[in-house]
Amino acid sequence: MALTAWFQHFFKKNGIVLSIYLMSAVLLWMVIMIILPQVFMLDFSFRFNLPPGKIGGEEDVYTISNYRFLLFGSPGNPDPYNVIDTTVFFRTILAAIFVTVFDLLLCYPIAYALAIVAKGGTARLMVLSLIVPFWINEILRAFAFRILFGSSGVINTVGMTLGLWDTPFDFIKADIALYAGLGYAYILLMIFPIYNAMESLDRNQLEAARDLGAQWWRIHWRIVIPFSKPGIASGCTMVFMLSAGALAAPQILGGPSSLWFTQIIYQWFNTGGNWPRGSAYAIVLLAVCILFVLFMMRVFKVRIGEIGR
Amino acid sequence: MSVDVKLEDVWVRFGSFTAVKNANVTIRGGEFFSFLGPSGCGKTTLLRCISGFQEPTDGKILFDGKNMAGIGPNKRPTALIFQNLALFPLMSVADNIAFGLEVRGIGKAQRRKKADELLDLIALPGQGDKKVGELSGGQKQRVAIARALAVEPEILLLDEPLSALDLKLRQHMRTELREIQKRVGITFIYITHDQGEALTMSDRVAVMSEGVIEQVADSVTLYDRPEKPFVASFVGENNDFRGRVTSVSEGYAEVETSEGLFRGRVSEGNRDALSGSGPASIFVRPEALKIAGTATEASNAFEANLLQEEFEGNMRHLVLESKGGQRLRMTLVNDGHVLDYGPGSTVPVVFNPELAIVLPQEA
Ligand SMILES: Nc1ncnc2c1ncn2[C@@H]1O[C@H](COP(=O)(O)OP(=O)(O)OP(=O)(O)O)[C@@H](O)[C@H]1O
Ligand SMILES: [Mg+2]
Repeated sequence: MALTAWFQHFFKKNGIVLSIYLMSAVLLWMVIMIILPQVFMLDFSFRFNLPPGKIGGEEDVYTISNYRFLLFGSPGNPDPYNVIDTTVFFRTILAAIFVTVFDLLLCYPIAYALAIVAKGGTARLMVLSLIVPFWINEILRAFAFRILFGSSGVINTVGMTLGLWDTPFDFIKADIALYAGLGYAYILLMIFPIYNAMESLDRNQLEAARDLGAQWWRIHWRIVIPFSKPGIASGCTMVFMLSAGALAAPQILGGPSSLWFTQIIYQWFNTGGNWPRGSAYAIVLLAVCILFVLFMMRVFKVRIGEIGR
Repeated sequence: MSVDVKLEDVWVRFGSFTAVKNANVTIRGGEFFSFLGPSGCGKTTLLRCISGFQEPTDGKILFDGKNMAGIGPNKRPTALIFQNLALFPLMSVADNIAFGLEVRGIGKAQRRKKADELLDLIALPGQGDKKVGELSGGQKQRVAIARALAVEPEILLLDEPLSALDLKLRQHMRTELREIQKRVGITFIYITHDQGEALTMSDRVAVMSEGVIEQVADSVTLYDRPEKPFVASFVGENNDFRGRVTSVSEGYAEVETSEGLFRGRVSEGNRDALSGSGPASIFVRPEALKIAGTATEASNAFEANLLQEEFEGNMRHLVLESKGGQRLRMTLVNDGHVLDYGPGSTVPVVFNPELAIVLPQEA
């Protein structure tokens, strides 16, 4: 009932032609760009990796073998489960959590400074200096970090000149470059939602709290953080999802021993030529990330509607 | 328990703009003291100085003789109620009220007990678990007061707390505020641009204009014996006849205006400023103007044209235009007599020198 009313209103407002155009555009976008590919992926993930001739043949039946493989490896695997892939999987999730927390700790003060402390011109200048570096593309930025953190890079040179350490430190091997690169890649996605949420906070509330004797940390804990919780949640969600699904940064900045789960997926699709298995891996990553985010939102009592604000 | 607040030569400058100019005033402990002035005259700035959010550019603020310079708002025995209340919307009413106690590390049960006591005081018993958003304007108002009282301040600072309420509620809250103040017995410093509010509630009022404290006095004195032209015209209605002083004698002065020579009272403080034929005003309240009887009086009499009459039941307001072209207002008590004059007719007007105030004007 409400839906037909909505449609009537929509048609009245935009006219028939425009309405049909808008609706079919949105529908096409949803179906072709979002729903169909994912459905294909899902379908793929439940099939055997068959040579082109056999696709659609008798052997082309549904199977959960690709998911089994992620958990238990090949039938000849001596271990009780697929040690390499599962380890990489959990390490990726953990690392993504780490990057998210790191970004939150880094960006909360920046967002606070932008939203509450800085005034007019200063704030605009700060925003600009945050945005401009992101005009440079992702790959270039990652390589720049490689140079920065390399054994003869700026950081090592400065550190050794100052006598802080005397042999070049391998930041790449220790994955510091990777975490720094990933962390930096998503700071804007963390800062802006928090900034957005904080900006509407009534400054008088902060002064009122101070007037009642509150220490600075209590003002944050009781007033600023609860108020900006929706922004924090949406920032964390985006950073977590994107860093768990990142490919370029781990590829370029990752140490020789560290593998990102996306790299394994990429290998299945690309060098491995096994799309069904790649799909299964990707689906598991997606599902676990979504479940994890929903779980965290439940823990921190954030409703999904609030994130959209 | 209650604390004297003394402002000594307080100046506040924002860049080249001076918001408060040489404020000197002593607020006595336990007093209900108001700052009254038009919007932008520096009231909030002055209050922020007392609460510690703003350091005066110059001068001192003393609490019981102790200089407050460098002592932050969280360390002063003051509690501020903001112009927009600034309640914490994500906390319950009880948590709002008990926030100051939470800060002081007081346990949950005791906080709750105190919050409930205060809810009784502000006549909202048992409403502690409500959300702030569920309260009406007047209730929020009272919660803000309770939140400030919870920390047992010695001075409560209120920044136009009633301005957001509708007229009925505002009048009700006036009485209520006054009663709360009597019950808790602490100093209330109240800011408003509404003279009705200031005059009805306060023990004393400071009238401010453009950063300057013009006069500090109780309500009756402010109304009957203004010391500055600004006070005379800002507090209540007044008719302002401009002219030059011709003579000053014991408590009275004569002013030559376009309507004739008028005589009015002069206060001790203004005597020197008036001697020597400077520009001056003679202020006469609308209720002090009278229609002359058949025998025209000798002094303080003139004629004016009746433009219109506004009938208000118990009062009738006459809008007059003097021969010199000045608009005047006269208020008559409606005693059942029919007015002898209609619009367009010339009315003989008189006033008693006792009820007229002569004040010096800037040249
Ligand atoms: N932080 C500031 N920086 C610059 N100017 C300021 C600042 N705070 C106040 N002012 C100026 O000082 C003057 C007095 O402001 P204040 O807020 O004290 O007025 P007010 O009497 O409280 O007015 P209202 O009744 O409108 O609240 C205003 O002209 C205002 O623009
Ligand atoms: Mg103000």
